[in-house]
Amino acid sequence: MRRRWITALVALGLLLAGCSSDHDGSGGRITLRFQSLAWQEESVAANKELVEEWNATHPAVQVAYVQGSWDSVHDQLLTSFEGGEAPDVIHDASDDLADFAYGGSLADLRELLPARLMSDIPQRSWRTATFGDGIYGVPFLQEPRVLIANATWLKESGVRIPTPERPWTWDEFRRIAGQLSGKGKYGVAWPLKEPVSATLNLSLSTGGQMFHRGADGKVTVRFDAADALVPRTVHDEVNTDGSASGSTLGMGGSDTLPGFFGGKYAMVPLGFSYRQQIAQQAPKGFEWQVLPAPAGADGLAQGVSPQTLSVAADSPHKKEAAEFIDFLLRPKNMVRLALGDWMLPTGTEALKDPALHTAMDDWATGTALAAHLRSAPAQSVRGYPEWKDKVATPAFQEYYSGAIGLAELRKRLVEDGNLVLARYQR
Amino acid sequence: MKTPKRARAGQYVALLAYLVFLAFPFLWLISTAFKPPRELASLHPTWIPRNPTLANFRQAFDEQPLLHAALNSLLAALGAALIAVLIATPMAYVMARRRTLLARAATGWVVVSQAFPFVLVIIPLFLVLKHLRLINSVPGLIMVYVVWALPFALWMLVGYVRAVPVELEEAAAVDGAGRARTLVSVTAPLLAPGIVATALFAFITAWNEFFFALVLLKTPQKQTLPVVLTHFIGAEGVADLGPLAAAAFLATLPSLVVFAVIQRRITGGMLTGAVKS
Repeated sequence: MRRRWITALVALGLLLAGCSSDHDGSGGRITLRFQSLAWQEESVAANKELVEEWNATHPAVQVAYVQGSWDSVHDQLLTSFEGGEAPDVIHDASDDLADFAYGGSLADLRELLPARLMSDIPQRSWRTATFGDGIYGVPFLQEPRVLIANATWLKESGVRIPTPERPWTWDEFRRIAGQLSGKGKYGVAWPLKEPVSATLNLSLSTGGQMFHRGADGKVTVRFDAADALVPRTVHDEVNTDGSASGSTLGMGGSDTLPGFFGGKYAMVPLGFSYRQQIAQQAPKGFEWQVLPAPAGADGLAQGVSPQTLSVAADSPHKKEAAEFIDFLLRPKNMVRLALGDWMLPTGTEALKDPALHTAMDDWATGTALAAHLRSAPAQSVRGYPEWKDKVATPAFQEYYSGAIGLAELRKRLVEDGNLVLARYQR
Repeated sequence: MKTPKRARAGQYVALLAYLVFLAFPFLWLISTAFKPPRELASLHPTWIPRNPTLANFRQAFDEQPLLHAALNSLLAALGAALIAVLIATPMAYVMARRRTLLARAATGWVVVSQAFPFVLVIIPLFLVLKHLRLINSVPGLIMVYVVWALPFALWMLVGYVRAVPVELEEAAAVDGAGRARTLVSVTAPLLAPGIVATALFAFITAWNEFFFALVLLKTPQKQTLPVVLTHFIGAEGVADLGPLAAAAFLATLPSLVVFAVIQRRITGGMLTGAVKS
């Protein structure tokens, strides 16, 4: 009996010891791990094809495609960095990089990237992945927030259709949303489940900054007239004009689509990539179009947090990882990735590609907005995630629903917000 | 005492409401799994898909290694359930039969340990497993699941052991049975429903677990179903709803099958554990 138990325990020990590891036992051949967050069918296919093409032409440096998930990437990377097990090439978004960059988990890419790639991507895009003095990611895909509109409804109403050359002003947008409303229908549906990034990014068009860096390098929150214009427009459309549905304030973008297709809302402000879902799900005969977001004192300026490719600081093959990134982001390849994700490439050469200037699915409208995209205001602010979760999100939610007024919103964002930020800047 | 008719009717209504509450998400999941994209975004959704399709299942299987992930989940869950029960049963027996200060302290610790959040232990655990070369391996994950399931399994089994009258064991001893014989022939059969219920708890906990699997498994060949399911979700929570529902429906089936097969045993086990003699 005892012997049987000992045998069982030894077998269990052997089972546990029989684990695998990542060591590449292929004499001299390097294997890079590329963790991609591509998730749409076309996007996954494009990424995998590019990896296969690289592997076919680089026998000495092979790339293993690892599927990651947007839903959990931060926690997963955090643990991987702590344990020294991070992938060599990391796909993420620029607004998720700050802590990893400042924490020394990501490699500074300035010395690793070729001049071609550095000059192809505009400075305004590089700023989104610049933390301190270093560049910690290559911004490669981005999307403006646009108005997806019911084309038939707009045409029948006779309102002026905005273009990137002649967009609506915020006042005009509010007036037209009112014009389109009535009989239980709304001119606009704001899906503001995540109200902070949407508000801050759209507020760039009115000159809103919210975060101001002083001469000492410390950041403080201010809420000036320029910061208030966009939130006040949304608040008034919902609570004063009745031109925006209050029930969509807590929804994500996808949740508003049934109402949009069902003729309840004339317009929905959404990310440019939502066109993929709309093209797939719209009822037969439903005509939709992409309109630029309203413009303010700073024109069509808008904050974005592009998707990025980074290299882990602990990677023993940083040079090869950077070469693979350079391959992925050659203009033709960047276009393939952009088309797969229904987004815009950051690269100047890629943006010239005819495929991005077609009227089909309104690619041309989005491409015309690319030059107006800037680094999201909160990108490099340490403590922003806590400020967003604990202060700004509840404050904006209450303001948009009409529970508090503008003065209370300002008080919370500034007073409570600065207390939070101060803790990160001692 | 007979229950009045009105009270009985009330009980049935409450039970029906509870069943509807439990069944609704699952039935909706099945409905969604068979709907084409245009029906998913309809303002007037229907229970029965108007144009049922298997395209979501096809897409789910084409895009993600679901079968492989299911096999990994099954290995991890079965391994965890089996080992947890093997370790917990003798421990529970000792804790239930020897009511010493140490046993009481151990029970207290078991309850307290349930309050530890995952995030608190994940990085130290990751480093330990890395040192043991058990990162990115199903055995490593099994080890974690066993450790995680053990306190609750122990707590459950202590209740079941206490429900087995000690007089039965004493009677067997009087009849000449040794300690081992008594445990195997008298106690074990009476404990069986409890052991099955505990194993099922450990299985389902491991089958559904996401966070540890996400952090500890790095390569696609090792990932479990809950991790693979997140690959249908994009930035800002946008989801490829049809394939996600199809994959999620398939992911719930094993738990349902296991439940259906051993439902009677588990009911007996739960009732046994719930009552102290």
